[in-house]
Amino acid sequence: MTPALRVLNPGPHSSLQDLGRPGYQRMGVARGGALDGLGARAANALVGNRAGTGVVECILAGFAFALEAEGARVAFFGGRAPVRVRSSTRRDIGPAEVGRTMKLSRGDVVEVGTISSSSTLYMAVEGGFRVAPRLGSVSTDLRGGFGGFEGRLIKAGDLLPLALDDVPDAETMVLQGVDLAVPGKLRVVEGPQAGHFSIVERDRFFSSTYALASSSNRMAAKLVGPVLAHAGGFNIVSDGMVPGSIQVPGDGSPIVLRSESQTTGGYPKIGVVISADLPALGRAPVGAALSFERVSMAQAEAAAREFAALARSLPDRVVPARERDVAALLSTANLISGVVDASA
Amino acid sequence: MSAIDVPSNGVTPDFRILPVGDTAISVEFGDSISRETNQKVLDLAAGIEAAGISGIVETAATFRSLLVMRDPTQISFEALARAISAIPRKTTLRGTAARTWRIPVCYDRAVAEDIEEVAARVGVSSDEFASIHASVAHHVYMLGFLPGQPYLGDLPERISLPRRLAPRAKVAAGSVGIAMRMTCVFPRESPCGLNVVGRTPAPLSARALDGAPSLAPGDGVRFRPITLGEFERLAGEASAGASILELEAPAPSVQAT
Repeated sequence: MTPALRVLNPGPHSSLQDLGRPGYQRMGVARGGALDGLGARAANALVGNRAGTGVVECILAGFAFALEAEGARVAFFGGRAPVRVRSSTRRDIGPAEVGRTMKLSRGDVVEVGTISSSSTLYMAVEGGFRVAPRLGSVSTDLRGGFGGFEGRLIKAGDLLPLALDDVPDAETMVLQGVDLAVPGKLRVVEGPQAGHFSIVERDRFFSSTYALASSSNRMAAKLVGPVLAHAGGFNIVSDGMVPGSIQVPGDGSPIVLRSESQTTGGYPKIGVVISADLPALGRAPVGAALSFERVSMAQAEAAAREFAALARSLPDRVVPARERDVAALLSTANLISGVVDASA
Repeated sequence: MSAIDVPSNGVTPDFRILPVGDTAISVEFGDSISRETNQKVLDLAAGIEAAGISGIVETAATFRSLLVMRDPTQISFEALARAISAIPRKTTLRGTAARTWRIPVCYDRAVAEDIEEVAARVGVSSDEFASIHASVAHHVYMLGFLPGQPYLGDLPERISLPRRLAPRAKVAAGSVGIAMRMTCVFPRESPCGLNVVGRTPAPLSARALDGAPSLAPGDGVRFRPITLGEFERLAGEASAGASILELEAPAPSVQAT
């Protein structure tokens, strides 16, 4: 039998994602990939996968599955969420929580509840999922209806095929020094159409606080707050867009494109969120208060190098859980947010 | 961060280099839609490809600008702007490189919600509208919005009209819509503000996603009118995996004037 995860409850918005498919924008194909690329990389690092391995991205709440394989090592990373494991073998698999590897056995059921402190949660499984890449990626392109698992959100009853049927036992690992908080400020480089707004309107944008609208999704974060007036018209000849582009349509409410951005658009773009802050933009939950800080191109490029260094360092930040648990006991912090129920 | 004007001949600025965050730049040739401007965009894309500048991730041509995506840890904005400005500018002889695709389209009102209204508004019969639309040599300006979605021009002035006042929430995959001087083919069911004048059974999106040769900016397109019966037959073949798109034999090259 093909090793797989059987989806029991898909959660509100779960899909397979990786770090996206660059190289096809000329064909109208979005780069796509994980909303929070840092969360996806961190989950993969925990189970020893390379950074671009496919993971399950959950938005708003987690999902529930049963393991239909001999054994699997999984890890969640992202926002806080209750993790509950019902062990089929009544084994003690240790505390179940986000940020900590778990070795599962056939029949084990994992349930992840509502995500708080962030909108996204990633689950990596050692070896990854066995799905055919489309255009070099296993990311699900929801607008295009392709990639990932059948080009759609996962649903109850799906069997997500795994690359490995079993993995050897190994120490439980945790990730140190990676903070997936949602910063209130995102850094922005002005342009390409900042000139379509007066200096006063640009200053208004950079001095205002916006709330993330509930209509936001993987394609775009819609902002509620002060509207911006265009200096001229609000239609431009459609041009290319990248994730992070902040377009201002006719109603003056800014829209920040996310990883599954449309590839072209005809509204003026006042600025673009820098690449180092795209993971934070991706994990910002509905209602989050966001403001935008103007930075120079040199600052943006320095931040990109810092982010690349952080991403490269992730495998080195994975350490045995017992080391951190001892430290935690000493500081009396309660790190156990999940429950293991071996009575199932 | 301000735009950089780049003179092409030492006197007149020919394109502007605009920052698009730290992951892209936009090389913008003017602010209007024309074949001449679009050709400059495509020529620069070819020049960049030939130059093999490291740190460039990909380029994507749009109507009047080229989006050049970069890895900011590999090449800085300044270095990329300099490298692009140094690319020799040569003008393609129009007609030499482009392929022409033949796309079957059914203009029957059963699949073309707006054809009767459009024909009436521009003062021709539905059949006349179809034959005019199908007689035009369309040019692929760009692909965008959805995978494999082409923007084609230029529609003759006498059959052009504005977008619909109220966009439709949904049009079928394959819908052929027009607005202003543009024709768009919607590869998937999607919302649409254009006037739907036909539908093609050709699966544009699937071809692009399977890596099969498919429409690219600079290509030519001709629509071949088909009956409703032929539409249904071809749609059946398409769902069985047939490509439906045909390439015309290369036309003799035409010198640009």
